[in-house]
Amino acid sequence: MIATESLSKRFPRVTALDRLSLDIGPGVTGLVGANGAGKSTLIKILLGLSPATEGTAAVLGLDVATSGGAIRERVGYMPEHDCLPPDVSATEFVVHMARMSGLPVTAARERTADTLRHVGLYEERYRPIGGYSTGMKQRVKLAQALVHDPQLVLLDEPTNGLDPVGRDEMLGLIRRIHTDFGISVLVTSHLLGELERTCDHVVVIDGGKLLRSSSTSDFTQTTTTLAVEVTDSDAHPDGTEAVRGALLAAGITLHAGVEEGLPGAGHILLVEAAGERTYDVVRDTVAGLGLGLVRMEQRRHHIAEVFKTPAQAPEPVSERAAAWAATAAAQQNGGGSHGS
Amino acid sequence: MAAEAAGTRMTQNQIAQTQIHNIGYRTYDGPRLGRAYARRSLFSQSLRGAYGLGRSAKSKVLPMLLFAVMCLPAAIMVAVAVATKANDLPVDYTRNAILMQAVIGLFIAAQAPQTVSRDLRFRTVPLYFSRPIERVDYVLAKFAAMASALFILTAAPLVVLYVGALLAKLDFADQTKGFAQGLVSVALLSLLFAGIGLVVSALTPRRGFGVAAVIAVLTISYGAVSAVQGVAFDQQSTGSIQWFGLFSPITLIDGVQTAFLGATSAFPGREGPGAGAGTVYLLVVLALIAGSYAVLMRRYRKVGL
Repeated sequence: MIATESLSKRFPRVTALDRLSLDIGPGVTGLVGANGAGKSTLIKILLGLSPATEGTAAVLGLDVATSGGAIRERVGYMPEHDCLPPDVSATEFVVHMARMSGLPVTAARERTADTLRHVGLYEERYRPIGGYSTGMKQRVKLAQALVHDPQLVLLDEPTNGLDPVGRDEMLGLIRRIHTDFGISVLVTSHLLGELERTCDHVVVIDGGKLLRSSSTSDFTQTTTTLAVEVTDSDAHPDGTEAVRGALLAAGITLHAGVEEGLPGAGHILLVEAAGERTYDVVRDTVAGLGLGLVRMEQRRHHIAEVFKTPAQAPEPVSERAAAWAATAAAQQNGGGSHGS
Repeated sequence: MAAEAAGTRMTQNQIAQTQIHNIGYRTYDGPRLGRAYARRSLFSQSLRGAYGLGRSAKSKVLPMLLFAVMCLPAAIMVAVAVATKANDLPVDYTRNAILMQAVIGLFIAAQAPQTVSRDLRFRTVPLYFSRPIERVDYVLAKFAAMASALFILTAAPLVVLYVGALLAKLDFADQTKGFAQGLVSVALLSLLFAGIGLVVSALTPRRGFGVAAVIAVLTISYGAVSAVQGVAFDQQSTGSIQWFGLFSPITLIDGVQTAFLGATSAFPGREGPGAGAGTVYLLVVLALIAGSYAVLMRRYRKVGL
């Protein structure tokens, strides 16, 4: 789908992409990087809108430097920022955008009705966009990227500004774009956790350099963390401590409370999940102690956690590792300031 | 009973038919008509938009009102000419646009920002450029649409005058020549005003500023030129009057049509430019049109994505 070979983009002051070589196949691919890591620059180059300083890139087998128009006919793009005029309805807007992609009027109308239904906009599609919620606007933006039935869509931060429910719905929709519609997806985000569950493959870039590229299962094995919260009982006045002791005894790795400062942080155990077995152990341990399990959920990771190499991740968690992750996060933020 | 049962079954069928079935995703294998088609679509959408067609009822009011205001005086003059059996129309074809310049100014001030500022303000421009359409297509489509909208506005009263003149059985050859000269003149005017209006409004994403700025550019330049020309006329410095006309859009058009299209100048003392100075006028007009196109191209290089 996408192949780049030592792709570089230098602006007078910053290097946005630095000899980036990627090979992205069909499916859902996540592109993760902090703000300014070069994600948007990469998308611009892939659409053939901005020439690379060095190196080559091909999308759908077409060279971006020479076949920009042909690529853009077969690729959809959803920008990160707002791009919708408030005074027209979603239908009018998407029909217009379909015609801009070269679809004849009747086909544009049919495809618009279909696409808006697929992204979950029904009666409201006849109302002016100005009155839509953020979630509905994101759906319109997605619809205009899909209306011409592209082979590949580039989604720039599609979950930005959405609440947790909206995020999950959008991620589900992105998954369906590939499984139901047969369209490959490149989706960017600065949150690794949400891409893990949606993507087949994740590419991490930082400062325009490739940091890591691997299938999602690799990430999941080393980085999944479970948040566990339990009730207290008469037998165990401090249920959290009791479970902590029992889990450590069962050979489960626990992370230090990274979430200090959050309400109730002291009552949440962060458990390193080594596979399906961990879920069962946690369940059995809690049940065995006669406590109530309030929740057990996957934690969304911050990109900084990618910096933990596999060798360091399983290490019993200490203050030192937490501090190290925090330093990595700080470097991330610092690194982000010189981006495009 | 049977009829009733059949009726019930009908209703159930109808209910079944009104259900929305999820037919799954359908791929599109139809034609993709590419850049030229997209450019034409953008042109027609922008041209219709300039008259409020395909937009809300509210946005139709002003352009339609201005269109009526442009045509009404022409219709009245025609009616008078027919009724009084006059030998000539009360107004020259080339003079109409000069007389109605305030209406033309209002139209371009209201519609040029509408045509370009919305896409800039709501950041829709990147969506265009992520499609086969390119910067040059976008600028050409918008420029052509605005110029065509102005041409329709300025040529319609000329058509009314011409049809009226033929109905009044005025001299055919004479009227046709005047009509043709008038059309050339308003075509130049449409291109020039569209260029100036679009450049001014593309520089600001705020529509209100755009409207004010276009009106300011047109009226201040015309006011200043008229004032200076008036002073020059009072000072008996008639030779300089023609050169001051180079500094405002409407006097530029006046100069070109005086020199080449048989018009009578509206300058003080009718001191319009001759063929020599007229060439300078024509060159300045063409340079301004080309210049506005170049500025628009530059402007959109910055806002793509």
